[in-house]
Amino acid sequence: MFAYRKPLLMTAVSLALLSQAASAEDQFFPITSYRVGPYGANGQSFYGGFVDYLNYVNLKDGGINGVKLVWEECETEYNNAKGVECYERMKAKAKVSTGPIHTMSTGVAYALIDKATEDKIPLAMMGYGRTDAVDGSVFPYAFPLVTTYQMQASAILKFIKDKEKGSLDGKKIVFLYHDSAYGKEPIVALQEEAKLNKFTLIQIPVAHPGNEQSAQWLKIRQENPDYVIFWGWGVMNQTALKAAQKVGFAREKMIGSWWAGSEEDTVPAGDAAKGYMAATWNVAGKDVPLIADIEKVVYGAGKGDLQDKTKLGTILYNRGVSAAVLSVEALRGAQAKYGKGKPVNGEQVRWALENLNITDARLKEIGAVNLLPPIKTSCTNHEGSGMVKIQQWDGAKWVPVSGWIEGNKELIHPLFKTSAQQYAKEKNITPRDCAKES
Amino acid sequence: MLYREAGQFKSSYAADQQLFPIRQDRIGVILLLVVAFVVVPMVAGDYWFSAILIPFLIFALAALGLNLLTGYAGQLSLGSAAFMAVGAYAAYNFQLRIDGLPMVLSFALAGLTAAGVGILFGLPSLWIKGFYLAVATLAAQFFIVWCLTKFPWFSNHSSSGVISTQKITFFGYVVASPREKYLLVLTLVTVLALAAKNLVRSSTGRAWMAVRDMDVAAEVIGIRLMPTKLLAFAVSSFYCGVAGALYAFCYLGSVEPDGFSLDMSFRILFMIIIGGMGSILGSFLGAAFILLLPIFLDITLPALAGLLGLPFSNATVSHIQILVFGALIMFFLIVEPHGLARLWQIAKEKLRLWPFPH
Repeated sequence: MFAYRKPLLMTAVSLALLSQAASAEDQFFPITSYRVGPYGANGQSFYGGFVDYLNYVNLKDGGINGVKLVWEECETEYNNAKGVECYERMKAKAKVSTGPIHTMSTGVAYALIDKATEDKIPLAMMGYGRTDAVDGSVFPYAFPLVTTYQMQASAILKFIKDKEKGSLDGKKIVFLYHDSAYGKEPIVALQEEAKLNKFTLIQIPVAHPGNEQSAQWLKIRQENPDYVIFWGWGVMNQTALKAAQKVGFAREKMIGSWWAGSEEDTVPAGDAAKGYMAATWNVAGKDVPLIADIEKVVYGAGKGDLQDKTKLGTILYNRGVSAAVLSVEALRGAQAKYGKGKPVNGEQVRWALENLNITDARLKEIGAVNLLPPIKTSCTNHEGSGMVKIQQWDGAKWVPVSGWIEGNKELIHPLFKTSAQQYAKEKNITPRDCAKES
Repeated sequence: MLYREAGQFKSSYAADQQLFPIRQDRIGVILLLVVAFVVVPMVAGDYWFSAILIPFLIFALAALGLNLLTGYAGQLSLGSAAFMAVGAYAAYNFQLRIDGLPMVLSFALAGLTAAGVGILFGLPSLWIKGFYLAVATLAAQFFIVWCLTKFPWFSNHSSSGVISTQKITFFGYVVASPREKYLLVLTLVTVLALAAKNLVRSSTGRAWMAVRDMDVAAEVIGIRLMPTKLLAFAVSSFYCGVAGALYAFCYLGSVEPDGFSLDMSFRILFMIIIGGMGSILGSFLGAAFILLLPIFLDITLPALAGLLGLPFSNATVSHIQILVFGALIMFFLIVEPHGLARLWQIAKEKLRLWPFPH
């Protein structure tokens, strides 16, 4: 009378599990995606791009050195518990061969770090947390690739500083953020920057989901800051833009994070979004040769993942493609070291992710120039780049208004190290010696 | 025939006061425990432990906590997830700040902390009832989550507000594998469930039920409302607190305050509505239904779609899953408004007469 009584259900589930066996010659990709729920629209674009690129590699080259890519998707609804369930469900297959897991959710990534490290399955957290995983000595299996919130915040400040003729002295900058792990991570970096550059930082949190912000914007109007740095997600973004218009704050003085800078955010805001700027590590549009080619090859063959084809070439779609490009490049690297033409397992992919070196020349070969910055990772630097572009919404599309800007690495990276060491102490982890890693 | 207590005579008070007075129940419970403690750990794999059994047991415990409060004492609460959050953060902080504290003690202290907070938020129940009380407990839900987010001390100044739980150790022995975690959770849940079973038939439990059925009448026959209601809040929050600590330590491994949202409180409430208000068994059945059915649908629907050759995308499957789940909830509530536990009770009554109903 005190424990579970679902024998029928159990048998049925285990039968269903048995029926999903992957072939040993294929390279498996576990995909913990979300296409429904509050952030479903974002997930559809991102994972659409991700799956399309995997399909593209299969169609165009017949896989990686002849190894076909196969994948399984599991719906997480951006929910941590569901994410864990998905991970556990696909784990058995992922232990044989796996590409890096992209959760596209800070919460799910946090919940998976310990498990993935134990199971030797690499986690890629492109542009989200846990950001102190930049320090690979403590986090061997976690890769906040391309760039992190802290580096992004620092890069945005650099952009503002350049606009302000090289000095932020005496300026007032509001940090308006989603009150969650995502919104809070850059605060340390901003505080350090404020000390260094002598500007006043005012932090204003917005409670999830953020569809009511009049109090916050009233405060912004009273403070009358020089700039607003904006860390929003989902419905919060369009609300902020509309609220900014209502209180008459110039959108040209508002710079968002890369999760607050997609078409999903600006189009619903209509007029209010014009002039708004946001950081990004990948450009939008179909004029990137790779995106155009995907449209031709994958959608030409009728195998495209997007139901709404207008999303092709949007920021988040291209970001999904860039995530897949990095994953596939890591697999290539792992194959080059551990045997071409064979699927690679998590440990091997981990090595490859730690030794990624994607140069501009390589990006040009893939057709992905400007889709993402060049990346070179190492044991001490799981980020690999730390560069972003600033883009501006012209009312119809995102236009890059800067080149690649690198955040202040000397200031930010030690912060990661401190935080990672605290984590190692709490968890009793002995960090690896990066000098001994090859 | 199979389930007949005829001929089972009680010749001592001890025999009459057993937790399970009917022999078949006793055997059934022992069998179930043997299966859960011995057979399952031998046959189940990691997926079963980490994704199904552990969360099921943890949510069953939380539902049990809410059931004591709502099902037995009649006080509607929407703050269960918040009390779980208190438990999770308390256990984390006890482990962090007191060196060498045994884990089980941490869990117990976490439960007590949650109980204290529960009493605090139970105070309005002395003046307001029913739906109005539900709204008052909603305050707990928002206040606690806000509080844990607002004050970085609770998360040990983690820059993101997320806490990452410590290793679970018992006097040097590390509980790390999913199987060990499962056994730990199962032990705690068994002990607490048996305690609850005992509690609800004691004078305390009967006082709760009297208050639930009519508090004015209960007061007239000499039950003091204030201690009774507050005790219900305390015990309920204790259960939720322990469940929260287990949720953080044995299930997710890292939690943030936002994870304990109103949504989770609602899910726990649905568990006891579907499972059966005022039934210990119902808490388990409800947790199984709410938690496992979506996973079951999630796994079978794509397979089914593939079998029938339907071009379902992942998003469609997820939408269908939500539809089917909602439809099943309505179906069960129409067929058996008293919950799944009531179905079990009806089955027992039928079995008592079977095979000679008349």
